[in-house]
Amino acid sequence: MLAALIIVFREVFEAGLIVGIVLAVTSAVPHRLRWIGAGLFAGLAGACVVAAFAGTLTQLFEGMGQEVFNAAILSTAVIMLTWHNVWMARHGREMANELRTMGQAVAEGAKPLVALATVIAIAVLREGSEVALFLYGVAASDEGGGRALLGGGVLGLLLGVAVCLATYLGLMRIPPRALFRTTTVLITLLSAGMAAQAVFFLARANWLTWFDQVMWDSSAVLPEKGLAGRTLKALIGYTDQPTGMQLAVYVGVIVATIALMRLTTTSAPPRAVAAE
Amino acid sequence: MLVELVRKMIVAGGSLGMLLIATQVQAGGPNEICLTYANGQFDPKEPTVPADAPLTIRVKNMESKAIEFESETLKIEKVIAANSEAVLNVRAMKSGRYEFYNDFNEKARGFVNVQ
Repeated sequence: MLAALIIVFREVFEAGLIVGIVLAVTSAVPHRLRWIGAGLFAGLAGACVVAAFAGTLTQLFEGMGQEVFNAAILSTAVIMLTWHNVWMARHGREMANELRTMGQAVAEGAKPLVALATVIAIAVLREGSEVALFLYGVAASDEGGGRALLGGGVLGLLLGVAVCLATYLGLMRIPPRALFRTTTVLITLLSAGMAAQAVFFLARANWLTWFDQVMWDSSAVLPEKGLAGRTLKALIGYTDQPTGMQLAVYVGVIVATIALMRLTTTSAPPRAVAAE
Repeated sequence: MLVELVRKMIVAGGSLGMLLIATQVQAGGPNEICLTYANGQFDPKEPTVPADAPLTIRVKNMESKAIEFESETLKIEKVIAANSEAVLNVRAMKSGRYEFYNDFNEKARGFVNVQ
């Protein structure tokens, strides 16, 4: 039972952190729970589909289907997160300064919510498909401990939800003005980390083998699979043996995000700049 | 509209990237290990391979449950569905003992001896 709890919790943990951050990011947006719920549901449904066709997925791209799939959905998440940041840089300030009518704010607020709901769906899909496969194996086996294992799985899931709530409530303690800045930084690092993970999967698929020498090895100090390592991996894409390409892409995403945000804010009306 | 432009740029950049990646020739390591997973155990448990050369590990899961083949030190992990097989690529490693296991059943463990 403990084994099942740990396995499920480990998978749900990362998704829990991401959902917690999104909840905090969207705290001022009305009807956000509808979108977040839709993202969760789509992710769960997708996870079941991926789990059901895991064998087929693996065989795609000359046996590298899982790696390519992971890289593709991670890249999608990176685009969505960057889009969100850029959109917020442009409209967030306008909304705050001009006190738009509620109706407009809702209509415009829906745009980044699509992006964030997609990110949630992707996070749940990635972790959920492994949980689904594991629990299916447990349920399918006739061993007597099956029910206890399922119980452990449910407990693991609940702990994951607790991580999500703790992240959300922790972020909500930050004053509203500083919260926007904090979440922008968090989302930028989250996105850079996901891009670096996408590079990792492409390297494993032998699709991207440029600059794949390991730049350093910090596995003795901060192992990637430890609790601290996992948390940092989920939040900022920590890896204990980054390759040159991973570092380059990581920095590249951060620089690109800042550049795009600058580009869009400077083209905003001058009064918005003056208010800064 | 600027956001629209940015989206187009991202799409164009992404497509270009994919194109560049797709033209890369598959490296294809000369060393391959074949592992079989049955009755909650890997066989062989301690395969040996030469150091400093890329490696592929082919894992055949003979059980009716999925496994997750994982090695922290070799930096690989992959779900392998019931009664199916999968291939994992490992970058060239220095000599040493690298542990692998089934993440869904941690009693099933083994080592790759890189020499």
